[in-house]
Amino acid sequence: MDFRIIKRLDHFTIDVNYSFYSGILAVQGESGAGKTTLLNCIAGLALPDAGRISVGEKVVFDHNQDIDVPTRLRALGYLFQNYGLFPNMTVHQNIVYGIKNKEEYKDKKKREELLQYADYIMDTFGIAHLKAKHPTQISGGEKQRAALSRAIVTKPKLLLLDEPFSALDSRTKEIIYQEFAAFKKEFQIPTILITHDTEESKLFADRRILMKDGKIVEEH
Amino acid sequence: MLSPILLSLKIAAIATIFSFLLGVFFAYAINKKNIPGKNVWETFLILPMVLPPSVLGYLLLIAFGKRGPVGGFLLDTFQIQIVFTWVGAVIASCIVSLPLMYQNAKSAFVSLDPIYERAARTLGSSEWKIFRTVVFPLAWPGIISGIVLSFARAIGEFGATLMIAGNIPGRTQTIPTAIYFAVESGNTELANRLVLIMTIFSFLLIFCLNAWLKKKNYIGRQS
Repeated sequence: MDFRIIKRLDHFTIDVNYSFYSGILAVQGESGAGKTTLLNCIAGLALPDAGRISVGEKVVFDHNQDIDVPTRLRALGYLFQNYGLFPNMTVHQNIVYGIKNKEEYKDKKKREELLQYADYIMDTFGIAHLKAKHPTQISGGEKQRAALSRAIVTKPKLLLLDEPFSALDSRTKEIIYQEFAAFKKEFQIPTILITHDTEESKLFADRRILMKDGKIVEEH
Repeated sequence: MLSPILLSLKIAAIATIFSFLLGVFFAYAINKKNIPGKNVWETFLILPMVLPPSVLGYLLLIAFGKRGPVGGFLLDTFQIQIVFTWVGAVIASCIVSLPLMYQNAKSAFVSLDPIYERAARTLGSSEWKIFRTVVFPLAWPGIISGIVLSFARAIGEFGATLMIAGNIPGRTQTIPTAIYFAVESGNTELANRLVLIMTIFSFLLIFCLNAWLKKKNYIGRQS
């Protein structure tokens, strides 16, 4: 994917130009460096003032050509910092929510395949037994797994992870780190990982960039 | 005595359905979407709460009277008369209860964490589906409060109803107008009975709503 994003904020302007095509890109930086806004621009949840964003082969935003593909059509998976699991739905309903929006879901045969894939994802993340539970009834680590399952079950072309481990206690974090390493190996979805933790980005990322006041100040 | 009670229930129920639909629509459109003239819309919706019922009734009479812009049109085109009918009472009740519905729905929508809508958007949902499956169910307790309070307000509506629908026994006479005319004609026995019914009904309505909301909060915190 390629992104050239210019977005004016109150105290600085985000001005980032970067390309990557596989693996995990870690975007590091302190709070308020513009990391989440960058992610939101890529997802279409925030509108850049200028620039161009492409996901896979598809241009999803181009200021000059007046292209702004709505979020729902960008084929992204987004894991929010506080997970954003719908509290009015069970874990299973949360996970299949995105599947039901797919065109293929209308086809009976493909629907079965999609639902089987959802079951497979839930098994892989060890949350199959939580199917009928509501998000308020499960632990932080389980919420994280459920939210990640929900984000990847639609087979996104790009996965956006906003501080996915920050809300976890250190013991849970260790377990989730191992699972995440396995997940990276198995699913191989191009991923942008937002984090302020250097250890975390070294552990998972194939490439790392450091952001400060909206600009890339270091690349590894 | 039964006729004004049944008529009040019918008028309040229909008025509440309309104020629910309008209140939820405007609360969502004004507070969640970028519609032009937000403040003007909102002021119009809240206005019936601060206007004296007589002013409201007079305005309705002008609008829906035989020679009024809406009333004249309805009469000429569809032979429908609004003034001095129960439909007029429904319109009056709907307008006075709308601010309560709107305010409750607005609070429910505004207090909702936008992360859920964002998450639904990233999962491929259309705006209508997000409203139907995420926003509305999560705002439901606040909307229920709005429905109950609107119903209570509609069933107690007096001033504007009297002006537009009058007090025709069996046709437009509601509990509040029946109480007023019973007192005026010295029939205190009927007035007492209706007052008692009205008070018990309103008490139960608010009591049940509070109990339900507390139960819902309790379960939420428990889990």
